[in-house]
Amino acid sequence: MKARVRFAKEGKVRWTSHRDVARIWERALRRAGLPVAYTEGFSPRPRLSFGLALPTGYESDAEYLDVDLLDPIGSFATSDPGPDDPEARGPRAVGLDELPERFTTRLPVGFRATAVVAVEPGGGSLQEIVTSCSWAIALAGVDAARVADAAAAALAAPSLPLVRSRKGRETLDDLRPGLLALRAAPPTEEGRPVLLADLATQPRALRPSELLAACFADVAETLDITHRVRRTHQWIDCDGARREPIPVPATSFPHPTGVRA
Amino acid sequence: MTLWPQLEPLLAKVQKPARYIGCEDGSIVPVHGRDKTSWLLVYPDTYEIGLPNQGLQILYEVLNERPDAVAERAYAPWTDLEGELRRHRLPLFSVDGHRAAAEFDLLAFNLSAELVYTNLLNCVDLAGVPVRSEDRRPEHPLVCAGGHATFNPEPLADYVDLFVLGEGEEVVSEITAVVGEWKRAGRTEGSREHVLRRLAGVPGVYVPSMYDVAYEGAELRSVVPRYPDVPATIVKRTVGDLSEWPYPKQQLVPLTEVVHDRLSVEVFRGCTRGCRFCQAGMITRPVRERPAEQVRTMVRDGLLRTGYDEVSLTSLSTADFSGIERVVAETVGDTSLCGPTSVSLPSLRVDAFTVGIAAQVAKARRSGLTFAPEAGSWRMRQVINKLITEEDLYGAVESAFSEGWSRVKLYFLTGLPTETDDDTLGIAELARQCVAVGRRHTSRASVTVSLGGFVPKPHTPFQWFGQNSVAELRRKIMLVRDATVKARGVQLKWHDPAASLVEGLCSRGDRRVGRVIERVWRAGGTFQEWSEHFDLRLWEDAMTAEGLSLDWYVLRHRHQDEVLPWEHLSAGLHKDFLWQDWQDALAEHGVEDCRWTPCYDCGVCTGYGLEHVVASPAPPAGGSQGTGQDLSRGHEIPVRLTARPMPVTVPADTAVGVS
Repeated sequence: MKARVRFAKEGKVRWTSHRDVARIWERALRRAGLPVAYTEGFSPRPRLSFGLALPTGYESDAEYLDVDLLDPIGSFATSDPGPDDPEARGPRAVGLDELPERFTTRLPVGFRATAVVAVEPGGGSLQEIVTSCSWAIALAGVDAARVADAAAAALAAPSLPLVRSRKGRETLDDLRPGLLALRAAPPTEEGRPVLLADLATQPRALRPSELLAACFADVAETLDITHRVRRTHQWIDCDGARREPIPVPATSFPHPTGVRA
Repeated sequence: MTLWPQLEPLLAKVQKPARYIGCEDGSIVPVHGRDKTSWLLVYPDTYEIGLPNQGLQILYEVLNERPDAVAERAYAPWTDLEGELRRHRLPLFSVDGHRAAAEFDLLAFNLSAELVYTNLLNCVDLAGVPVRSEDRRPEHPLVCAGGHATFNPEPLADYVDLFVLGEGEEVVSEITAVVGEWKRAGRTEGSREHVLRRLAGVPGVYVPSMYDVAYEGAELRSVVPRYPDVPATIVKRTVGDLSEWPYPKQQLVPLTEVVHDRLSVEVFRGCTRGCRFCQAGMITRPVRERPAEQVRTMVRDGLLRTGYDEVSLTSLSTADFSGIERVVAETVGDTSLCGPTSVSLPSLRVDAFTVGIAAQVAKARRSGLTFAPEAGSWRMRQVINKLITEEDLYGAVESAFSEGWSRVKLYFLTGLPTETDDDTLGIAELARQCVAVGRRHTSRASVTVSLGGFVPKPHTPFQWFGQNSVAELRRKIMLVRDATVKARGVQLKWHDPAASLVEGLCSRGDRRVGRVIERVWRAGGTFQEWSEHFDLRLWEDAMTAEGLSLDWYVLRHRHQDEVLPWEHLSAGLHKDFLWQDWQDALAEHGVEDCRWTPCYDCGVCTGYGLEHVVASPAPPAGGSQGTGQDLSRGHEIPVRLTARPMPVTVPADTAVGVS
């Protein structure tokens, strides 16, 4: 039995790394009292599978995690005297709909579980099935007109060359095929210009910082430390149409594209 | 006021930014106020090293529970962030509320080791506070320090306003009250001297500026109080009953990787095994066990609260805890903890590590096993009073390999008093024999030998001993290396003898060494306990500039009637007890553990009106238990000292049903 969790990461905890987030979830799942399956062998670990790593410092509305569970959903034996039910020590059944809140109360402030669904086995790992991500990029040090021009120029360009390094080797790559959509959005409350970008993750993920480096080469260094990025969606291909790993009802996003301070 | 908006952009430029965000489960962002004494508890090393420190976490909770105090935490920023902070004129900050360090009433440093002394100066400077006490004014925080290294605080006497000797649980409240009055009175001009003089009267508090130091040539003559109301001798603080202090109750759960990323439950304080090289064992006496029932409650509640899958039962010698096997068995066997749970036992004595404990620990994930024979020959172990036999060691190793471990780690010291090359080479021989024992169980059996240069510490019988030179320590390490390099299954690791030399200087130095520390800091010598930053040349240059000699401070033997720089500070141990024990060491004569045998009158129990608090009147079963006799059946030693029955103070509704 596999459960898929969507969660948000925002605020100070954006500085935790992908590895940190994995450990944070391992502890939260134990605290939630879920019967997580463990790997075999000398040093058993809980069987968790994360999607594409979110770069340290970025926020997200759309992180995903698959958890292998021993029991079918709906019959969890939990023993957790958690913050919401101090009197309920001892096993009891927990429904799927209770899980997002149950997780959120056991995660550090800044992490928020927003949906949990059961997924069929054999559907492929998140790393394999996600084909693109949507990003909201709030900039500083450039004005709105410049941002709109850069977006138009990038879309019109036949190629977007950038030197990238991978495993210590530098290669000259064309980013343009990975740029699926790009447009300027209304500025943030603090007046920062915002870019909305859809970037491919296959065959190699195009990162927002790489897009900025290609589009704003002359101010790249300032941008590098001041831009704020939020992953708003991850997308999978479903018979030619794109959809999210957990289908999102329209009401469940309190702040769909806003980049919050 | 929070500095977060200014700090956050810098985090994009530094390594491991999660070290600076706080947000740990268990952390507190307290509300400051004029009626609350504010403490910034600073660990002067990186977050990864400092966060797990239990002493700091205990005081953090104890202070934040008080209505008249608030406490936040800070750690030394790594060099990349320090550079950014200085470039942007930002100060040292707390990780809880991201408040500037200078806004606190007290900067309280945890000094667990000596090589962080330059980091203390750096943190004070980064806080925007003058590094020398004499230059501070009423608007500056009081700089204080506690921890094991402060049992000789003299090297930092000109830089730290007040030191606390011993355990902090009670004394922090007394300091809070005195500093609170100072704060409410407005910290007026000239009031700093006044508040320090009042603090000098708090038991366990040492205010170095209240003492005059006299030298005669190189020799220290005296350290005497300048005023009649300032005590001539400062005596350490000791908590009588550990069960009254079940802290930390809300152990911090870091969001990023730290050195000990697991639950810790302290099972006892103090140790009377009497190892003569061990400062911790001498200065933390007497033994005070936590009741087993309280240990079980703290383990279970802590695991459920934190989500950790591992608990460490901490003490100076955890296998000595009465009923250790049962506590371990109940933890790894508790099926309500949602997944496998493992127990790690630091500081295992080989003569108390039995197959029973090995089997229990092995039930969950096996972490590394470390034993500390400390010396390679029985003669040498009698000198240092680590009275474990070769049979004890092989028995423990046998237990480990037979329960499925394939690798054990052995700690040894070299450069011990009276050590001969035969003693040193005994280390290689023991390691080879341990591998041979292991090969009977698995062909993969291996032993890692960790070899450290011995640094004599204050308040131990070896405080008079002249440390081995760097060259001599190197020679001995190479002896062991040559003897093990071809031995199958033996790996050797060693500590840098040059770092041991500097540790020796700071351990037994006097006030004059302070200027050396300041010079090294000014020359950029921070993070000296990190091998990539340690620089012996900085220290040698600073010693030369101050006209001081490393030979005199570190390498010479001290004589019996010499005034030691820490003589006005007491860990409760009689000087004649330590001297007698030093003479016994030279005579290769061991003494037994006084928990279970007659008292040697070291001074601690009698001086404090305390006694050992142990649940079992006899040593645990197995091994020779430091007596050199076969005590494998255990519980048969006649006992003269009292074993106080401990009241169990666990609320009924949280009691765990165990059989």
